[in-house]
Parts: sequence; C-alpha cells; structure tokens
Amino acid sequence: MIDSNMFQLVCFYAFAAVTVVAALGVITLRNSVHAVLSLVLTFFSTACIWLLAEAEFLAIALIVVYVGAVMVLFLFVVMMLDIKQEQVREGFIKYLPVGIVVALVMLGEMLALIGVRTMHEATMGVNPATAAGMSNTAWLGTALYTQFLLPFEIAALILTVGVVAAVVLTLRHRGGVRHQQASQQVRVNARDRVRVVKMAAEVPAAPQPAPGKETTP
Amino acid sequence: MPNFNDILILLPEFYLVAAACLLLLLDAFMKPEQRPMLHWLSIAVLLVGIYLVIAGQPSQPVTAFNGMFIRDGVSEILKVFALLSTVLVFVYAKPYLLDRKLFVGEFYTLTIFAVIGIMLLVSAGNLITVYLGLELLTLSSYALVALNRDSRLSSEAAIKYFVLGALASGMLLYGMSMVYGATATLDLAHLHMAASHTGMPHLLVFGLIFMIVGIGFKLGAAPFHMWIPDVYQGSPTAVTIFIGSAPKLAAFGMAYRLLDAGLGDLANHWQLMLACLAVLSLAIGNLVAIVQSNLKRLLAYSTISHMGYLLLGLVNAGPEGYASALFYAISYALTSAAAFGVILALARAGFECEEIDDLKGLNQRAPWAAFLMMLVMFSLAGVPPLFGFFGKLLVFQAAIHAGFMWLAIVGAVFAIIGLYYYLRVVKVMYFDKPVEGTEVHLQKDVSVRVVLSLNVLALLVLGIAWGPLFGWCQSVFVG
Repeated sequence: MIDSNMFQLVCFYAFAAVTVVAALGVITLRNSVHAVLSLVLTFFSTACIWLLAEAEFLAIALIVVYVGAVMVLFLFVVMMLDIKQEQVREGFIKYLPVGIVVALVMLGEMLALIGVRTMHEATMGVNPATAAGMSNTAWLGTALYTQFLLPFEIAALILTVGVVAAVVLTLRHRGGVRHQQASQQVRVNARDRVRVVKMAAEVPAAPQPAPGKETTP
Repeated sequence: MPNFNDILILLPEFYLVAAACLLLLLDAFMKPEQRPMLHWLSIAVLLVGIYLVIAGQPSQPVTAFNGMFIRDGVSEILKVFALLSTVLVFVYAKPYLLDRKLFVGEFYTLTIFAVIGIMLLVSAGNLITVYLGLELLTLSSYALVALNRDSRLSSEAAIKYFVLGALASGMLLYGMSMVYGATATLDLAHLHMAASHTGMPHLLVFGLIFMIVGIGFKLGAAPFHMWIPDVYQGSPTAVTIFIGSAPKLAAFGMAYRLLDAGLGDLANHWQLMLACLAVLSLAIGNLVAIVQSNLKRLLAYSTISHMGYLLLGLVNAGPEGYASALFYAISYALTSAAAFGVILALARAGFECEEIDDLKGLNQRAPWAAFLMMLVMFSLAGVPPLFGFFGKLLVFQAAIHAGFMWLAIVGAVFAIIGLYYYLRVVKVMYFDKPVEGTEVHLQKDVSVRVVLSLNVLALLVLGIAWGPLFGWCQSVFVG
C-alpha cells in the first residue's frame, strides 16, 4: 500500500506542474485553438488542486463556469475568427490530437483525485468547513454573507462597472436605422390605418399614338 | 456579523453607490437636451459626499465588516481631497466633452464608480478589500480611457493600460498570496502582528517584493512607469486630468495601508526597495521630460518624477514621512488638476492645445491663462512660495531624518534639472512670438474660469499658508 500522505503530495506536485506547463502553453502556442485548449487544461488542473484542498464548491464552479461555459465560448470565437475556408474544413481533424492529449491528461488527473479520495486523509490542514460541521457549500455561503459581505458587495459593484463599460464602449446610435416602435404600434387605431379619400372619378385620357421608333420585344 | 452600525460607518460609500446608480438610471431616461443637468447633479452628488465624509468623522479609528474597512483620519483626508479633485475634474471637463461629442452620462457615472473604488481602497483593512477597491478604480479607468472610441490613439492607450494593469494586478495578487501563505491571514492588522513571528520570513519578503511591484505600477514609479506617457497622451484630456489627480491619492493610500499597516515590521526591507524606485523615477521622469514636445507627455513624465518625490517621504517609514508624503500627494493632485485644467480650458473643438508650441506667445493672447499656467508650472517645479515647494521641502526633510541623506541630495539635484523643462513652458508662453494664423483663448464657460482661477490661486495661498494643512496631515498619523 502506498503511503497516503505521500500520494497526495505527489498528486499536488503533478497537478501544479501540469497547471504551470499548460499556462505557459497558453501564452506561447502560436495556434489560438491550441492556446484555448491549453487554457482549459490550466483551469481543470487548478480545479483538481482545489479539490485536493477540499474546496469542492469552488472546484466545481471553476469547471462548470469557466471550462463549461466561458472556454466553450472562447473556442467558438477563436474558431469563428479563423475565416480561411480550407482551415475550417479540416479544423476538427487538425485539432483532434491536441484535444485528445488534453482529455487524457484530464482523465489522469481525475483518476488520481479518486485515488486520493479513497484514502480519506487530509494533509492540507484542518478544513474550516469540517470543523464547523457544515458542508463545503454551506460554509462558503455563510462566510460570504457574514465575514466577507463587504468584498462580496464590492465584487458586485465591479460587475456593474463592467456592464456599464461594455455598453458605453459598444453601443452606437446610428441614424437612419428602422426600428419597430412597439408603443406606437399598440396605440394605433383602425381609423389611422385606412384613410378613405373621396374624389371625383377620373376619366381615362384618349390613348396616345405609339411612338415611331419602337423596338420589337 | 455585520449590523446597522457597519452601514453607518460606510455611509459616504453607500450613499455614493446609490447616487451613481440613480444617475445611471436618470441618464437612460433623460432627453438629450436635459443632459447638461447631469453635470450639475454629479457635482452636487460629490459635494454631498464630501459633507458626509467630514460630518461623520469618528473621533477614534473605527472598523466595520469584520475589519474589512477602516475609517480613520488618514482615510478621511484622502477621501476629502479625492472627492474635491474629482469635482474639479467634472467642472473642467464639461466644455471639452461637449465640443468633442463625448458628453455622455457614463463619463460621470464611471468616474464616480472610480472614486468609490478610491474610497474603498484608502480605507481597506484587508488584503481582499485592497485588491477589490483597486480593481473597481482601474476597471472604471480603463473604460474612461477608451471613451473616445473613434480615436486610434485613445484605443491604443486603453489596450496598453488594460494589459499592463492586468499584469500588475496579477503581480499584486501573487504577492498577496505569498504573504497569506507565510502568515495565514489576510487582515492587515493581524498581518502586522503575524509578520514579526512568522515561520517563513523568506516567503514573506518574496511576497513583499511582488506587492511593491504592484504599488510601483499604481504609483507609476519607474521602472513600472511604461504605461503613463501613452495613457496620458492617448486618453481624452478630460480623462487624463482624472487619472492624473485623484488616483495618485489612492496610490498613496494603498502604499500606506499595505506597507505600514500590513507589513510595517518589514520596513527595513522595503525602505531600500522604495529608495531604488524613487531614484529611478526621479532620473527617468526628469531626464526624459526634457526632450518632450507634447505637453501631455511632458506632464506624464513629470508625474513619474513626482511619484519619485512621494516615495522619498514613504522611505522614512515613520509618522513624519507619511505626513510629508500625504502632503505631497495632495499638493500634486491639486496642481496636476490645475495643469490639465488650463490645457482643457485652452482647447476647443478641433484644437487640442497639446503641443508646447501651441502655447507660443500665450501671454499676448490670453494673459490670464498664461499667468495661471506659469503659477502651475512653478508649483510643479517647486519654486517658492508655491504649494509644490513645501511639498518637496518636507519630503527631503523626512528622507534626511530617516538617514537617507544621499537620497535627499539626489532628489534636490533632479529638482534643479526638472526646473529646466517647466521653465521652458513659461519661456514659450512669455517670450516666443505667437504662430500666425492660430488662435488660442480661454474657455468662455464662467464656471470653468472661476474654478480654475480659484484652484490656481489656492496653490499660491496653500504655498504661503501651508501650516494648517500639514498640521492636519501630521495629526492623522500620530497615535
């Protein structure tokens, strides 16, 4: 049987090494899709380190939010930006090897984590959640709304600034654009739509003689 | 647990957040012709903010939200002057923004959000609040720099500022994480106690170095100054004036909180680091400013050198040093606001008044503007009896008392070198012939004229009667 502390330490260093190498890959790889895949690996390995430290909620949030949503969006954007036709066609096959490598490393990390979990040993110090007799998520929520309330509110303020900045930097009021105006559409009456005009009947004028030079159809 | 009393302690901040959100909504539902009202409303909001800060000043330092927030004399004085210089910014900026079709409500709301960031930063009692306050300030600033979307220079400045700012934030966070690793606390008061008996002194110093990098970047001290000239030149002058004034007070507040309140025990380590930053800033700022032909760029390099002087005060690492550095930061914020205020007041639609050559013969065309600019330049150069002179004198004194005689001598030598480029601007205004076919005159807006004149005259008055203000600065650091 392997010493459990030893195994956890080895796992920690392995995850840390993968994180650092993948992060270096993000900034050095020339191909932007490879760089994004490398970023996915960075986030995943970081999540694994957090799981080792028994911060389950944060780790899952990192995977779900960053790897699951943000990075997929990144990949979409990066792949859409690559507008050369032939590259788009062979894109899937071309990026497959790197994708497989990333997936395999992730699988290895997951297996290692399962190994650590089965040993039930905490080497990273006393977990405050366990000490308080709460689940990780409950403890995080309690801490966030009591001890860390002010930073939490400031973070909300920062997000507000982000929204305001995004709007001010991208919203353009263009002239001559036709918009639907719902309020006016709703307020319209049948009387405004059709106007009955009374006028004297028009007598058609006598037909004009055909012009001399007419080309045959 | 946070209670109602905590909210009362943070009343000025909560009030400003509410007011900023309200302004944001008002702006969205306002007709375009009503928009100038927003300008006066924003100024009123800030003035009420100053009142709330002064009126609610506690006799003893108090903390709120589990020590996350400290309200003491240092934070009060910084907040008052940060709000005051933002009022100046709003007054000076309006005609400029109107002329360039940049007059949007978001300029006001983003600036107010940045001021809230400053206020949170200078009263931070925890590494997390320091970081979040800083992010609130810088995120708003990035957006403000990019406000003029159609200008290439402006976008370039915003991208540079954003990338370098993110890098600096990363460095600061890395340093903080190392310090947390060494002491197992984020609270600055606990950190102060834990720093003297940590089991990992090397890790602590390692973290300290990265935190100094972050502080150096925020101050704009060499060798972390690369963003300053481009950002100052590239952003609309109405934004440059903000970046050049109130955030300098925030940078001082941040350095004070982190270095004194947090890591005061390591003073013998950071004193020398700050001394190196100071010498480099003085040298690079003053020498490179000599060759500048663009006025905004010249003021940018002048900022770098002024941050060097501010660091001379911090090097002292005692109440006297902090008081002189605080005095210097206030004098710099007010003088810088006046300097960019004159540039803004001389600019008009289609004419930026950015080049030094634009000021040629200003005395014959707008004698009052030339006189104001001369006083500002003298104050920046440190000519007695102006405000800037006593600021310099006090930081030199603080450096000498801390045993850094050589540093004070270096500072004095570079102050004399710096005199050259400030006096060159004065020479251009008074002794050069105006360029034919150009026209420069002071802004017609009455509020700009009156407030600008008052601002510059305040530099003269505070230079002659500097005692009370310095007494206030000293009193907040005693006890």
